[in-house]
Amino acid sequence: MKIIVCIRQVPVRDASLRVDSSGRWIEEGDLSFEINEPDAYALEAALQLREKHGGEVVAVCAGPARATQTIREALAKGADRAIHIETGAAAQYDSLGMARLLAEAARGEQADLIVTGLQSDDMGFGQTGVILAEVLGLPHATIVMAVETTDGGIRVRRELEDGWFQNVEMPLPALLAIQSGINKLRYATLMGIKKAKTKEIRVVPAGAATEAKAAIERVYPPQKSKQTQMLTGSAREAAEKLVEKLRFEARVL
Amino acid sequence: MSGVLAILEQRAGAWNRMSLETLAAARALAAAMGVEASAAVLGNGVDALAAGISGVARMFAVNHELLASYTPDAFTAAAEQLVRRVAPAVVMLPHTYQVRDFAPKLATRFDQALISDCTAFRVDAAGPVFVRQLFQGRLNADVRPQGAGPWFVSMQAGAFRAEENAGGAAAVESFTPSIDAAAIRTKPGEPFREAERAVDLTAAEIIVSVGRGIREQGNIGIVEDLAKALGAELAASRPICDNGWLPMERQVGSSGQTVAPKVYIAVGISGAIQHLVGMKGSKTIVAINKDPDAPIFEVADYGIADDLFEVVPALTEVVKGGKGS
Repeated sequence: MKIIVCIRQVPVRDASLRVDSSGRWIEEGDLSFEINEPDAYALEAALQLREKHGGEVVAVCAGPARATQTIREALAKGADRAIHIETGAAAQYDSLGMARLLAEAARGEQADLIVTGLQSDDMGFGQTGVILAEVLGLPHATIVMAVETTDGGIRVRRELEDGWFQNVEMPLPALLAIQSGINKLRYATLMGIKKAKTKEIRVVPAGAATEAKAAIERVYPPQKSKQTQMLTGSAREAAEKLVEKLRFEARVL
Repeated sequence: MSGVLAILEQRAGAWNRMSLETLAAARALAAAMGVEASAAVLGNGVDALAAGISGVARMFAVNHELLASYTPDAFTAAAEQLVRRVAPAVVMLPHTYQVRDFAPKLATRFDQALISDCTAFRVDAAGPVFVRQLFQGRLNADVRPQGAGPWFVSMQAGAFRAEENAGGAAAVESFTPSIDAAAIRTKPGEPFREAERAVDLTAAEIIVSVGRGIREQGNIGIVEDLAKALGAELAASRPICDNGWLPMERQVGSSGQTVAPKVYIAVGISGAIQHLVGMKGSKTIVAINKDPDAPIFEVADYGIADDLFEVVPALTEVVKGGKGS
């Protein structure tokens, strides 16, 4: 089974975010980056499928030069090779533009299966996989919690709202947007890290961006909707204040 | 092209609650743009449900036997035909799991990008601008749709209040899409639930909930101690359950349980929207998080922006001491 996994590089989770001078994005200069966590689950799902059925896992990542580090990590975890669609350092893509970039690279690979994470921790569109499937003419399923092969196709378990699930069958090739928590993430081994250095990363320049369909005009911190009483002092003092507030002000203890 | 078309969601003849919020949002947007609001519902035999919708200029019941159970292929085909026929300026949908599964596909058919999970909008001289969250709610972005449209937007749960009875009911117009059974590539099974939940968090008066800030499974004990001291149920945000540190049945949020206890104490939870929708109805919310900019503080009544590894044990002591005296 030949599997493409789409991965994205995002700022580390606890990064302190500042709006940049354009007012349309964040200051990236002093940030560290890591793999988008939902994509790590997609990568793991791809690796487990390969371990079971044989084949190849190709990681595809669209991003600026710094994304190489995240791609190397995916190779160290076990992806066989990678395609890096190199975008400009400050290039911004809406969901359609990003999916079209990925589609361009995926088209030449003729994979049996494409997996993506459900959404990104930075943009949070939650759309890349579905658009990619549409652009490539593939059937898809999202919020996937389990994958098994059937005769000529796959059966997946989708998560629905409120604790409901549903099994869905479809032929291959297909695209799956993987839900976080579907599997246990592995760590890269020392051997894996060593091997990754010799694995192929094909760098292709991002084609000219098509006109954005949804343009960010301004980025800003959200306004608080609720008056929060911040309790300060030492840990003990703050704890005492909190218990008093809960007992005598909110009257809930 | 003009007007706002809300595409609403039902299952087994009952509205998804978010549908009525989206209907209210669509009416508000139409009023701000000075255009008409219409609505539609897709399914098989949804006329009666459609007849209950009020306050829209046109109400479409989109019926087809291939819409009886959801598939992205059939729903996209039907919605595409409807949108081409109605030709609205804006198509608005609730940001449900089902909408996430087909609306990006639908927008692509119109060479558009869905502006997903919006919390608000405004209309200026150049048209509508939608507000959506970036970085798990830590920043907001104003997003302006480009091109001729139709523009596609999905609205976040709770962003608008559903209105009862918004004036006269519209006459229901029937719309029958043409759907080719052979073009439906996925075979959906019947929805099912896992075995009954062993833990019912909804009955708890006090909930202590733990998030990623706890760092390792071995640290959860300090939060458990606090829960015990308070006589509270222990709960968690999604990443904790994804890691297998606590069972899935203790998860609060859009994919877990929705709770509204007297007190909800969020420990080391940043407050991504997926978590907030599951607990923001709590009577009193306490947030303990090192990061003073964490979105959880936006919904908290009381906040302690400090190291949970110091605050939580101190809090347990104070609670125990108080009960003992």
